[in-house]
Amino acid sequence: MTAGHPEATGNPGTAAANQARWLVRGVTVPGDGEHGSRVTDMLLSGGSITAVETGLNHSGARVLDAEGLIALPGLVDLHTHLREPGREDAETVETGTAAAALGGYTAVHAMANTDPVADTAGVVEQVWRLGRTAGHCDVQPVGAVTSGLAGTRLAELGTMADSAARVRVFSDDGRCVSDPLLMRRALEYVKAFDGVIAQHAQDPRLTEGAQLNEGEMSARLGLAGWPAVAEEAIIARDCLLAAHVGSALHICHVSTAGSVEIIRWAKSKGWPVTAEVTPHHLLLTDEFAVGYDPVFKVNPPLRTEADIAELRRALADGTIDCVATDHAPHPVEAKETEWAEAAFGMTGLETALRVVHQAMVDTGLLDWAGVADRMSVRPARIGRLTGQGTPLAVGAPANLTLYDPAAPAEAVVSAGASKSRNTPFAGMELPGRVVATFLRGVPTVLDGKLA
Amino acid sequence: MKRHLISAADLSRADALLILDTAEELASLADRPIKKLPTLRGRTVVNLFYEDSTRTRISFEAAAKRLSADVINFSAKGSSVAKGESLKDTALTLEAMGADAVVIRHGASGAAHRLAGWVRGSVLNAGDGTHEHPTQALLDAFTIRRRLVGGSGKGGLGGWVPPGAGGSGGSSPRASRGAGLDGLRVTIVGDVLHSRVARSNVLLLSTLGAEVTLAAPPTLLPHAVGSWPCAVSYDLDSELPKSDVVMMLRVQQERMTAAYFPSIREYSRRYGLDAARMARLPEHAIVMHPGPMNRGVEIAAEVADSVRSTIVEQVANGVTTRMAVLYLLLGGTEFPATEFPATEFPAVTR
Repeated sequence: MTAGHPEATGNPGTAAANQARWLVRGVTVPGDGEHGSRVTDMLLSGGSITAVETGLNHSGARVLDAEGLIALPGLVDLHTHLREPGREDAETVETGTAAAALGGYTAVHAMANTDPVADTAGVVEQVWRLGRTAGHCDVQPVGAVTSGLAGTRLAELGTMADSAARVRVFSDDGRCVSDPLLMRRALEYVKAFDGVIAQHAQDPRLTEGAQLNEGEMSARLGLAGWPAVAEEAIIARDCLLAAHVGSALHICHVSTAGSVEIIRWAKSKGWPVTAEVTPHHLLLTDEFAVGYDPVFKVNPPLRTEADIAELRRALADGTIDCVATDHAPHPVEAKETEWAEAAFGMTGLETALRVVHQAMVDTGLLDWAGVADRMSVRPARIGRLTGQGTPLAVGAPANLTLYDPAAPAEAVVSAGASKSRNTPFAGMELPGRVVATFLRGVPTVLDGKLA
Repeated sequence: MKRHLISAADLSRADALLILDTAEELASLADRPIKKLPTLRGRTVVNLFYEDSTRTRISFEAAAKRLSADVINFSAKGSSVAKGESLKDTALTLEAMGADAVVIRHGASGAAHRLAGWVRGSVLNAGDGTHEHPTQALLDAFTIRRRLVGGSGKGGLGGWVPPGAGGSGGSSPRASRGAGLDGLRVTIVGDVLHSRVARSNVLLLSTLGAEVTLAAPPTLLPHAVGSWPCAVSYDLDSELPKSDVVMMLRVQQERMTAAYFPSIREYSRRYGLDAARMARLPEHAIVMHPGPMNRGVEIAAEVADSVRSTIVEQVANGVTTRMAVLYLLLGGTEFPATEFPATEFPAVTR
């Protein structure tokens, strides 16, 4: 499980390391339903997978003994807040992508709600370049739908699409594009360059001052309720709009059983709708708010057991296409406050795969091939990424994650590569361990540590 | 009892009865010329008030002072809080000053809970946002018990004599000791959704055996109120004839413009307690209000000033009940089982 070859030291970020070949020995590649999973060797060379067969000759290659490890295509996150530019105290592209690599990710989509907002070619290109410099994983900027996220006029979507950052996903995430006419125009406009609008579905009027899922807990705790209908009404409207104009709609962080029902219906009509769910909405309920610890304060809010059960089913049957972290780092002082004062959001990159392991695999809802599909293949497709989310086959880019599913459950520690500590899973025992991550044949993580 | 009092849900029936019985003991003190006890001498109680609430603050202040505690009043206005200091930093400051108890009133639900994680002393929730106000519920329970339980009890106004009429201020308080509120029917009327008083009362009164009904327009009831240990009604008039207690909640100014009801007059017509409605109550029933009242809105002046009204008593009982809570939380000195030797510490009284 460790890099056993004596030459396996040195900085993998250097040009020399780039040229190094890696032999991943005895790794398990999950089956896809038709083919069972198989144990094989895998040779990574020149940024690609150059051989997948047993008994590969390792001469000249560094060897990684992967016995018992599962190989997944490098994970792709459609929903990451890297906070740079503007809130470098919470996260930077460097620290956020390091956290991503440790979580098994080889690509993340950086959300637009930075300061300044990523609503111009200049800002998205800056973020894109910062990602290239950091080198821990690919950073694909998401552009804002409206200027300054103000929800009043469209940002220069085409210019961002044409920029070096090649933006295809647009989102005002953190805020809802609530104006139906503006949403319609945005959906229509991005058709010209195969764009997709990722909607943060939250009716602003129904959630004024809202703090926690409207239900027993909010009533008991005296926290202003956040009704499920505030999410569902927007999703229903936007599905209808997407159908009407024939444009791609992606729904961010689906959190209610009712939302699932609407998406299932929209998909049954063949409408171009995709959806994501966060790890925390697959595992945590609003009952965690009982101690008023704002580490559990998130937008959309944690919901109920019934919602979790339906979200899991929907992810398993493909109604929800993928898992996206909504990694939302915040400095300590933004969470060490009264609940109502605290910022919304939780970190998630470093724990996502382990959470999915517990919520989906250990429950028998998804096999590892399914995990690869929901955490790599589909998000890459929705994000229009090339060279990510491709099957682990000869000729494919060598983006892969090696995961030890048998690692004994360990308590999550809040201190990681992320600059922020606001993980809701701190102290919770989660199974599994990300052992290594390769980005185009170069290890970004080895033996569970940054390479 | 626990170290803090944050929610009425923290109180078992035994805890609640201990507080009420202790308050009953302390109430006898009010009849003495010297009202002060030495029990909390040398202890520091901080009143940390982030919201204006003169009546609650002075009630806690009087309670602490009658137990000889040192009282520090920390008002958010004109303090470092106004300059943006966080609750945690304020908590650490109070901690450094050696606060034995912090009484907190705060606009955010859960503020008392959070504070308890940052200080070593006891935390008393004096109202947190729209969450709870447990000492209000305790003083309400105390008031109900004094009026309706023990002595002649339910079935008449009993031996109660209006304040100033020369009575001892209670029907037969000693007789109610150890008793709960079993079987009493309490109707809480008004803005339950935003009311910390209602939340604490539903929890505490049901713990003590009362049958609580919430009467309010549907817009002012929590979405999940069905999970609460109480009944719900939209029709106040049908509840009145079977109520032993009617507790009117204050209608906050900001609700009047947020579409919870069409107009203040319509609210008053449907859910206000006027003389005609009061006449539908059983003869023994009492009318309560946590104050401050909107006369002419949720309660008519003639109701507020009637003999059924316990509003002034509630204020007096507030001090006594809060003394009991402070005493029990801070552990004081040995609590005399029967009488307080009022003459023993004359020097500390002022």
